[in-house]
Amino acid sequence: MEFVDNREDIFPDLRVNIGSLEIANPVMTASGTFGYAREFENLMNLHRLGAVIVKGISLHPRPGNPPPRIVETACGMLNAIGLQNVGVDRFISEKMDYLAGLNIPVIVNILGDSLAEYREITERLVGVPGVAGIEVNISCPNVKKGGVAFGTDPSMAAAVTKAVKESADVPVMVKLSPNVSDITLVARAVEDGGADSISLINTLIGMAIDLKTRRPVLANVIGGLSGPAIKPVALRMVYQVASSVSIPVIGIGGIETTEDALEFLLAGASAIQIGTANFINPRVSEEIVEGISKYVVDEKLPSIRSIIGGLSINDG
Amino acid sequence: MSQYQEKATVSRVEQLSAKNYRLTLDSPDISGAAKAGQFVMIRTGLAKDPLLRRPFSIHQTSANGQLQIYFKVVGRGTDMLARVKAGEIMSVFGPLGRGFRIKKNSPAIIIGGGLGIAPMLFLAKSICRLKTDCSNDHIILGGRERSEVEPLVNDFRQFGLRLGLATDDGSYGHQGYVTDLLKSLELHSEYTVYACGPEPMMARVYSICKSGSMQCQVSVESVMACGMGACLGCSRMTKKGTYTHVCLNGPVFNAEELIWNS
Ligand SMILES: Cc1cc2nc3c(=O)[nH]c(=O)nc-3n(C[C@H](O)[C@H](O)[C@H](O)COP(=O)(O)OP(=O)(O)OC[C@H]3O[C@@H](n4cnc5c(N)ncnc54)[C@H](O)[C@@H]3O)c2cc1C
Ligand SMILES: Cc1cc2nc3c(=O)[nH]c(=O)nc-3n(C[C@H](O)[C@H](O)[C@H](O)COP(=O)(O)O)c2cc1C
Ligand code: FES
Repeated sequence: MEFVDNREDIFPDLRVNIGSLEIANPVMTASGTFGYAREFENLMNLHRLGAVIVKGISLHPRPGNPPPRIVETACGMLNAIGLQNVGVDRFISEKMDYLAGLNIPVIVNILGDSLAEYREITERLVGVPGVAGIEVNISCPNVKKGGVAFGTDPSMAAAVTKAVKESADVPVMVKLSPNVSDITLVARAVEDGGADSISLINTLIGMAIDLKTRRPVLANVIGGLSGPAIKPVALRMVYQVASSVSIPVIGIGGIETTEDALEFLLAGASAIQIGTANFINPRVSEEIVEGISKYVVDEKLPSIRSIIGGLSINDG
Repeated sequence: MSQYQEKATVSRVEQLSAKNYRLTLDSPDISGAAKAGQFVMIRTGLAKDPLLRRPFSIHQTSANGQLQIYFKVVGRGTDMLARVKAGEIMSVFGPLGRGFRIKKNSPAIIIGGGLGIAPMLFLAKSICRLKTDCSNDHIILGGRERSEVEPLVNDFRQFGLRLGLATDDGSYGHQGYVTDLLKSLELHSEYTVYACGPEPMMARVYSICKSGSMQCQVSVESVMACGMGACLGCSRMTKKGTYTHVCLNGPVFNAEELIWNS
């Protein structure tokens, strides 16, 4: 006997396209907030994710910054982790087997402090089984030599994009820094450089002071702000970028609920990433997949794609 | 390594002194899996602020699925926690981290200073359960003044350990430090010392252990965002010159692995 069912009702269509990469739903986990995914295996169903983005990887291992590395702020937190990671070779030998077995697209976030370094990491990832895409961090505010210059200068941002794109055998997503005066300039430069998609925003540079000691709370003095505090800024930037480029945009920043995620899709994001919220509720990304699914059913939408960029600005 | 995000019902709130509270939670999954020295991350409210969970050592567990935390009000999160009422539901995540490695064949000296007393009830219970007789094991509790120590003493007495008490101001037990009491014991290298308390206390305990060639395990703190290895925020430098993460490799470490400012 065959199964007879109304597929539309039971399996709402949540698929979205990130350039040539089709993912099962628009929910991804943000780099640096989800470890290498294994940390979460007992806490949620990893295979429910649209994609997983792993902790930023550099060419050589990085020890990270001295503590304190994090501090809570109003509705958010500052971090100055300093891009601690095991380096690309150990990432491939120690982490990739597990990730490849997950049956979901794995996007590797990379960072470097020179064009050559970005290129070399990309080359080492060529042909590695399980790598579905590369996300290029040109924006990390934490490492003095690192991302800042690339992410804030449109021509440098384009150059990094080109370097990675020339070597990569998978789609390339470029992750923008919000710490610029006109995000659309960098977005267009990156598009011209050949990016397949753009993700934003990375953290906003901030600071916290301990009045008692009259010292900065973070050993690194400054750090990146994340969490619900940055959501309005992130939404605005996603809206601006989605309106000025024609490649897919992935929205990041303060997403904690299904409603937050849907707002980003309306603003023009084809998918979203969940960051800080993973620390508070390790199951949150799966819950948002369920929430989006329910929304599509309840609103009788043909697919989740039908609301992407569906923001009404004028009355008419 | 099972971890759970449990909706735990508060079954009891005890105010033990002006700022110190003990909370009993119905949390069968976490309490069933917990080991002495592990901790939980608790959401102190459901609003976006304060945003992050707060870490607390597991004070003790019971066979009927309850766990306790013992805490001091130091800021907004703990202030909210002190105001919860029996019957309320809290989100509790755990058990997290690596707890104490109990050395069954070695006599124990347990040292808790101030809020560092919190994990030691669970430890004392676990040690006494493993050994048939713990009359050769010691526990030393200390604090700034009487109210930091006295309310918990009866809970420790039941195990039959040898009990030493100290307060900075002499209002209860020996006037002085827990380390004075440690030094007054007939120490030998067979002992394993388990300590939790302020950093300077643990540094002194470790230096005594080092000179007496005794094993020393300490439970340390760090700021934490996730408590489970995802954020890399809880780093601490080790003697090897690399960072370790308190939530994953700790909070209990062999003291010799860490760097101490003496
Ligand atoms: C593994 C672990 C186990 C702990 N066990 C206990 C326990 O059993 N009982 C208990 O009372 N406390 C315990 N703590 C400390 C407890 O987590 C903090 O006191 C609490 O997070 C403060 O929250 P708050 O919102 O009240 O304070 P905040 O408003 O966040 O801060 C107030 C003050 O507390 C300090 N503080 C904040 N977070 C921490 C922290 N994680 N560690 C140390 N100081 C901090 C801040 O520097 C500040 O001075 C533990 C911490 C860790 C890491
Ligand atoms: C602790 C921490 C570590 C992070 N590490 C990285 C990283 O390695 N690479 C990167 O591109 N972004 C990193 N980010 C930025 C996040 O991926 C995300 O862009 C940002 O936190 C905003 O999203 P959120 O508000 O949902 O957290 C990190 C963020 C946090 C909080
Ligand atoms: S608190 Fe996040 S890694 Fe330890």
